[in-house]
Amino acid sequence: MSETILASILAATLAAGTPLALAALGELVTEKSGVLNLGTEGTMAVGAIAGFAAAWHSGSTVVGALAGIAAGAAMALLFAFLALTLAANQVASGLALSIFGVGLAAFAGRRYESATLPVAARLRIPGLADLPAAGALFDAQWPVYASWLAYAAIVAFLYRSRAGLALRAIGESPQAAHAIGYPVIRIRYAATLFGGAMAGFAGSFLSVFHTPLWSEGLVSGRGWIALALVVFATWRPARVLVGAYLFGGVMIAQLFVQGSGWRVEVPSQLLSALPYAATIVVLVAISRNPAAIRLHSPASLGKPCRPGA
Amino acid sequence: MALSFEARAEPSTAMRWASPLVAAALTAIGGLLVFAALGRDPFDGFRAFFVNPVRDLYGLAELLLKATPLMLIAVGLAPGFRANVWNIGAEGQFIAGAVAASGVALHADAAWGVATPVAMALAGAAGGAAWAAIPAWLRTRFHASEILVSLMLVYIAQFGVSWLVHGPWKDPEGFNFPQTRMFADAALLPILAPGTRLNAAFALALAALVAAYVLMQRSFIGFQMRVAGESAAAARYAGFAEPRRFWFALLVGGAAAGVAGMAEVAGPMGQLTEHVSNNYGFAAIIVAFVGRLQPIGILLASLLMALLYLGGEQAQQVLGLPSSIAKVFQGMLLFFLLGADVFVGYRLRWTRGVAAAPAAR
Repeated sequence: MSETILASILAATLAAGTPLALAALGELVTEKSGVLNLGTEGTMAVGAIAGFAAAWHSGSTVVGALAGIAAGAAMALLFAFLALTLAANQVASGLALSIFGVGLAAFAGRRYESATLPVAARLRIPGLADLPAAGALFDAQWPVYASWLAYAAIVAFLYRSRAGLALRAIGESPQAAHAIGYPVIRIRYAATLFGGAMAGFAGSFLSVFHTPLWSEGLVSGRGWIALALVVFATWRPARVLVGAYLFGGVMIAQLFVQGSGWRVEVPSQLLSALPYAATIVVLVAISRNPAAIRLHSPASLGKPCRPGA
Repeated sequence: MALSFEARAEPSTAMRWASPLVAAALTAIGGLLVFAALGRDPFDGFRAFFVNPVRDLYGLAELLLKATPLMLIAVGLAPGFRANVWNIGAEGQFIAGAVAASGVALHADAAWGVATPVAMALAGAAGGAAWAAIPAWLRTRFHASEILVSLMLVYIAQFGVSWLVHGPWKDPEGFNFPQTRMFADAALLPILAPGTRLNAAFALALAALVAAYVLMQRSFIGFQMRVAGESAAAARYAGFAEPRRFWFALLVGGAAAGVAGMAEVAGPMGQLTEHVSNNYGFAAIIVAFVGRLQPIGILLASLLMALLYLGGEQAQQVLGLPSSIAKVFQGMLLFFLLGADVFVGYRLRWTRGVAAAPAAR
């Protein structure tokens, strides 16, 4: 395999993994606070169409990304009102958000169906981008670097800051955290909104930077894969990032097959189904050890809480 | 003065049944607002969406036809949802059932006669159940989340059916469209009302509602599911096996969704295409919740949801709005339901002063 093919596969893997990384890192923060938001798929879809429409009309990819972030946060607000203020069932509320979001995106995106945007420029990091092969990692579109910054910020916040400690404490025992005076609902709101904003960003990355086009099936399960990634990573940020790129690699399997020079007759549908099958395999591999899951998952995950009620 | 939630001493039965009606009313109001926001006359929109589809007998038959798969899938999902078994992949099980039934139809012999649709229905049930057995096995054996596994299988089923109709099962005389050949008449379900498309699957769905009632209220496994839903600890203490519950819920849900898939290919479609599922598997989740996981409720909720489907088609033809607006309303319905359900367990109360801060803060 020549170096240029390796570089192009690396670049494609990075680009395919970034939306998963963004959405899964956001969901990780949400889940660390004890809130299970299954609405990622719908949130990404709404973020994707909001970002696309904004970029389409403004001509600016930055505006597109910001619109995706805002739309994602708005979707999360809807979920938070149901699941946190009204303490409704989190599984059902998240599903409702996904069904609603996918429908809303399809509806709002009707007039943009199959429209495309000009490909956004890449940002070369001087020096690093000239490395052999690995240089491809430093010649990417800016949201890729933003996802690395988000990763660093999340790690620093969760494990090096007082507020992050409070958030994790709430995820373990909201009642105890409430008893020592933490505003449980407010912090859970913040964590949920952050997760939604990240999912919205992930969606707008897909539609504005990665593809860059809008079609109804654009997100097609990436939100659900991001949810699985959080389990796969047993709620640890570094593993989320690694897992996202692994899945990014699986998603561009077609490119691998072409790059390898094999002359194999594989139906394209089979290759497209690979990431979903891989998700199942990975989930099984991780979940077969329930002790590890119990050790790392936030103890109150998915349980509604009414402090003081 | 502040509004606060106060726990009811007992869950309100009246609210439990009023809440779907409140949700439906709020969705209708939301619909009016959406139409107004889109610059359409809200009442024209409302009429196109909720009245026009059922103006005549044919429209009513179409309503029952659309309600059939929703009813079948939802009634299969309800026992699982009651026991906190989250089979979210009915869409995939529907496709698996449709594929299995199509396999039978494409290889059926004219001499089979009435045995063909029967064999197709059995194949549909088996296909759906087999697809649901995967999350059941992975959940009971490896603790893998049935939510995520069943969902992933939806996408895999979609790619599978796409491969079939683009490849081995493609109609050689179909002008290269991704679809199978039309099934022989013998492979189609008999029509119930002449002049309409309403077929025998509707009767089957009604029978399934009765069977579900008997199962949940009169059988031991139904009792176990209900206990587990109320309190997992009580079910454990009573020694009810958890794996059994998962297997039962997923197999029943999968088989019902598979039969619904069979009814679609052997009914209104008459062939297998890529878009066989039409989102029924996800809409049925909403139907199950809005129907309170009870047979009668599911019957009514499936009619409401079918109306939203037909309304979506009307909105496209009459108002020039994308039919996906129906999905927006479906999501709204579930949101409003979940919100209204809070009042089953809680009531709002005005409280004076700071002594009683709002509970949810």
